[in-house]
Amino acid sequence: MNVVMYEDELNQIQTVVDKLVRDANARVVCIVDKNGQLISASGETDNLDTTSLASLIAGTIAAMGGMAKLLKENEFPTQFHEGVKANIHIQLVGNRVILAVIFDSRATLGLVRLRVKRACDELNAIFEALMKRVPAGGGSAPFGEITDEDIDNLFND
Amino acid sequence: MSFINYLSREINCKIVYYGPGLCGKTTNLQWIYQRTAPEAKGKMISLATEQDRTLFFDFLPLSLGEIRGFKTRFHLYTVPGQVFYDASRKLILKGVDGVVFVADSQIERMEANQESVENLQQNLAEQGYQLEKIPYVIQYNKRDLPNIATVAELRSLMNPTNAPDFEAVASKGVGVFDTLKSVAKLVLTELKRGSGG
Repeated sequence: MNVVMYEDELNQIQTVVDKLVRDANARVVCIVDKNGQLISASGETDNLDTTSLASLIAGTIAAMGGMAKLLKENEFPTQFHEGVKANIHIQLVGNRVILAVIFDSRATLGLVRLRVKRACDELNAIFEALMKRVPAGGGSAPFGEITDEDIDNLFND
Repeated sequence: MSFINYLSREINCKIVYYGPGLCGKTTNLQWIYQRTAPEAKGKMISLATEQDRTLFFDFLPLSLGEIRGFKTRFHLYTVPGQVFYDASRKLILKGVDGVVFVADSQIERMEANQESVENLQQNLAEQGYQLEKIPYVIQYNKRDLPNIATVAELRSLMNPTNAPDFEAVASKGVGVFDTLKSVAKLVLTELKRGSGG
């Protein structure tokens, strides 16, 4: 089963993420799927390797999920790590995607938690609509039309 | 589980390098990283112990080019090979699109190879995958060492399903890109098949 993200939902997600950056005074906000793919990012991302960040965020959520299983917990959905200049708040949303907020002294943990909670509700609604849409869209990913030749061309040196 | 983004027109796939401890999984990724143009790769992340043994995973994002206006990106991961890191291996296999099994050709590592393949089958099964049904490529690594099994022996032990297989010396780059291309091609072909093409 593949995850397909369409423009409508991605735009809606981007709106939530952009708003969260402003409302929480965050440096960076990103949404990552549980397998480590970056879905959306906002804020000061220019000098940030968001691809690597996404895979590591998914790794830490996966590791915490593994620990939860051992302790007969369902999940540990929230993580907070405090650094000298930067802090990161990581929240599992609806057991589907991960919302990470990176912030500094311009924001407080209380503010971030409050805003994250509201954003989670909005994101849940978007992803629920997306899940309903996927079967209706059929398996008509763009790859249905490609030929073996297209694939071969990719590997011509 | 590929990730298709219509807004940025990208297709992301996940490939996992599996195999026993010290078989050369990280070495494969290091060679790919060193020999790929800067614009086609991201940073390589290694979560390793102080002795440079993989603790959680290595990660390397690669871009292969465009197909029908969609950028194809591959995220390469390795698992920690040592037996006691099984919990971590299970996590890394989540959402995998293709697997490379790196076998150590040395005769004394045959048992470790077989144990690792069985572990791979078991961990995939726990997630509802069957090894025979996912894109799968085998690499016989360390072909430059003296005490190695023949390819015929390795095949009969490690490759009952006739998956594509390659001889390699990962530390010198031999066979590394052949292996990667083969698995990437299988993944894309599977995507095409899965989408009814």
